[in-house]
Amino acid sequence: MKRSEHARGLLHRAAGIAVLLGGVLLAAKLCYGAPPDPGQIPSIFKPQSTPANSIFHLSLLVLAITGLIFALVFSLLVYVIVKFRKRDIDDASEPPQVYGSNQIELAWTVIPILIVLVLFLATARVIRSIQDAPKPSGAIEVIAIGHQFWWEFRYPALGVVTANELHVPVGDASNPTPTFLTLLSADTDHSFWVPRLAGKTDLIPNRVNHTWIDPLQTGLYLGQCAQYCGTQHAKMLLRVYADSPEQFNQWVQEQKNPANNNDAVADGRRIFETTACVNCHAVSGTIADGHFGPDLTHLMSRETIASGAALNTRENLRAWLQNPDSIKPGSLMPAMQLNEKDLDALTAYLLTLR
Amino acid sequence: MSSQAITLTTVRQDARPVSERIHDWVVTVDHKKLGILYIVYGLVFLMLGGIEATIMRIQLIVPHNHFVSPQVFNRMFTMHGTTMIFFVVMPLLFGFGTYLIPLMIGARDMAFPRLNAFSFWMTAFGGVLLYFSFIGGYGLYGAGNAPDVGWFAYAPLTARAFSPGHSTDFWTLALLISGIGSIGTAVNFITTILSMRCPGMTLGKMPLLAWLNLIMGGMVILALSPLTAAQIMLSIDRYLGGHFFDTQAGGSAVLWMHFFWIFGHPEVYILVVPAFAFVSEIIPVFSRKPIFGYPIMVAATVCIGFISFSVWAHHMFTVGMNSYGNTFFTVTSMIIAVPTGIKIFNWLGTMWGGKIQFKAPMLFCVGFVFQFLIAGLTGIMLATSPFDWQLGNSYFVVAHFHYVIVGAILFTIFGAFYYWFPKMSGRMYNEALGKWHFWLFFVGFHLTFDFMHIPGMLGMPRRIYTYEPGRGWEIWNLIVTIGVIFQIFGVLAFVINLLWSFWKGKAAGNDPWDAWTLEWSTTSPPPDYDFAVTPAVRSRRPLWDRKHPEDPDWKYE
Repeated sequence: MKRSEHARGLLHRAAGIAVLLGGVLLAAKLCYGAPPDPGQIPSIFKPQSTPANSIFHLSLLVLAITGLIFALVFSLLVYVIVKFRKRDIDDASEPPQVYGSNQIELAWTVIPILIVLVLFLATARVIRSIQDAPKPSGAIEVIAIGHQFWWEFRYPALGVVTANELHVPVGDASNPTPTFLTLLSADTDHSFWVPRLAGKTDLIPNRVNHTWIDPLQTGLYLGQCAQYCGTQHAKMLLRVYADSPEQFNQWVQEQKNPANNNDAVADGRRIFETTACVNCHAVSGTIADGHFGPDLTHLMSRETIASGAALNTRENLRAWLQNPDSIKPGSLMPAMQLNEKDLDALTAYLLTLR
Repeated sequence: MSSQAITLTTVRQDARPVSERIHDWVVTVDHKKLGILYIVYGLVFLMLGGIEATIMRIQLIVPHNHFVSPQVFNRMFTMHGTTMIFFVVMPLLFGFGTYLIPLMIGARDMAFPRLNAFSFWMTAFGGVLLYFSFIGGYGLYGAGNAPDVGWFAYAPLTARAFSPGHSTDFWTLALLISGIGSIGTAVNFITTILSMRCPGMTLGKMPLLAWLNLIMGGMVILALSPLTAAQIMLSIDRYLGGHFFDTQAGGSAVLWMHFFWIFGHPEVYILVVPAFAFVSEIIPVFSRKPIFGYPIMVAATVCIGFISFSVWAHHMFTVGMNSYGNTFFTVTSMIIAVPTGIKIFNWLGTMWGGKIQFKAPMLFCVGFVFQFLIAGLTGIMLATSPFDWQLGNSYFVVAHFHYVIVGAILFTIFGAFYYWFPKMSGRMYNEALGKWHFWLFFVGFHLTFDFMHIPGMLGMPRRIYTYEPGRGWEIWNLIVTIGVIFQIFGVLAFVINLLWSFWKGKAAGNDPWDAWTLEWSTTSPPPDYDFAVTPAVRSRRPLWDRKHPEDPDWKYE
């Protein structure tokens, strides 16, 4: 009698919590009706590159083992709570006093050691396969340099310099062209993380790190800086475009072209070259030779500005020039206090840098 | 035994003027008063740290929110982390240790009462200094500014080039000073436990709480020293032209990481070992059985203490160590799961076959076992270094360590509050309110920290003041923030319960739990001298022996 009441009380409480949780989940779901585009979710469980893939397979093994341990110990805990709870019908006597058992304790020492051994061996293999992978002759070399709060990408063999949007060729089984990145930092610590392509690796000043990716499908892969690097760490976004070999070659050719020199925007160009812009930004073929900010030679070939914080449209560009803090408060680019006319001219000039 | 002394305490404290009583608290060297000072201090900072966390969660409730600026957000997470680790959890644990250790080993005070007071006031001064940065951070440059370099303050963000003003100095000095206090407390714990035990209490007959605090003390001395050294080096960098961590002048950022984490990882165990100690006292009493496998519990903790000094670089799997380094720190980090697992099994073994009473202290301890199990398993995932390359520095890690620090450590601290509140105040707490506290906090905790794992796996890094819509993170962040509301109400129930019971609670009596360790043999609250007659013990459960003379423990140990 008492027993069933206890059970019912427990059941009621559990049901109450379940309803509460369900309610919260439902309310949250209602607030966000439309599901996001699955291609835009940088999930570690949708790998599209060899390193991310090996990590994914290892993670399945780890999840299976830990899940099993959880199920086992959790059922034990529930059993103990239900079975050995003090009941109202119990008398005041103490239960049998047990001090321990060497056999049982030996068992729950040895079994975990064996599990750890298995996990460790599986892990060691994956560490080797990712970190010590040989570099094939067709590999693309990129130097990635972290800045507060943007990415610089240099392709030394191809003579290309760009920012924030990394273009790499898609992987090809017969002729592997993985991209090997050398990671450097110009100021504080950063971390290169594109979850669907590879695990993260830090960019640390005074240190040279390496990572590699080989996207298996063309498309855009999102990521962002994963090591706190200062005020605008949150908007140090990262975009990797996996192009088909033809697209990639075409992109490289375009990037190698000198900057457009269009007399229609000579006003804007004059403003650019006579204000402090040139101290930080470079445009090939002009006196602008700064290295503190992104190279602008082919600014309009990029889909975003401010390291992915805004789409690269005329309005955003103008707003950014007028006051960078309106898009990215704390960004290191100062507002140049230009008047409306100069702003329009400068924006027009930048729009020709294709 | 010592209960014969009860009638001797007749001094009426509350008849004296308030100023005199405050003076008593300020100049006290009594371990019980200092313990309570530590605890009250920790609770005040818990509220401050909680407010900071709430501000962050409001900011992250929707993408591109403008509740606070990035500068404020960065200060909030720096202050939240520093506060919770150094000025909430450590003082609370030290407070319980300072209060309980002499009582549990049958001593009248700590070995060095004045060092005890000095340590508390150093810790207290450290916390006040940290919060003074809100006013003085910019020095003479302008308005207030708190540190914004993150609680592990990676170089070179702390260099003067990237952190002008004085906010980082406040952080450095606060930790330096409170670190001196912590080392003093550790020395005091170790000396007291090694040399002031009552007759008959050999090392093997100490309560587990004393054993675990002994181990914790050793770890504090070893771990706080590198942190203190690193803080001094950082100050030299900032003011005397040193280049230890100044990468622009050839210093090493990775050196700071090594210094910080050789402190930082043992620190996790410094915090969790005293939590183990509470659980190892509370679970047996509410299961009505002795702790299962006392010797192996001690051995496992000693193992954890040693191994914890060889795992620090698992915080650095992404800094580009070579494959051998990563492999080494993977295996040491996984090995530490073995002694930790043993402890969980032994607590289950203690409950097995008992008559478990689900009073508030026990509820929190069962919550601890459940949550610590999950924290341990996500810990194994993070120890798998390739998996860590994905999960490290993401919200998954944030969820993982909050599972340890809130789900495990804070839960046991709440349990300890309810368990020892009758001893400290002489009054019982309200059981119904205690249960409300547990269930509200339990639901809030799981809403917040269970769902926090998911955005991490979907690529959301930590320490970002806002995030992009359309990456599948919105709904999870919303749920996480909703959980905070439940936690706030839970803590509110706790505060009301403490205050109400302190003034209006029923008298508790010496031994409300029918427990077995020495602190329950004296009055509640204990007299200044703890025990009128030094007790003598023959087993680990002296009060069991007294209550069951026909079946005493010492026959079996």
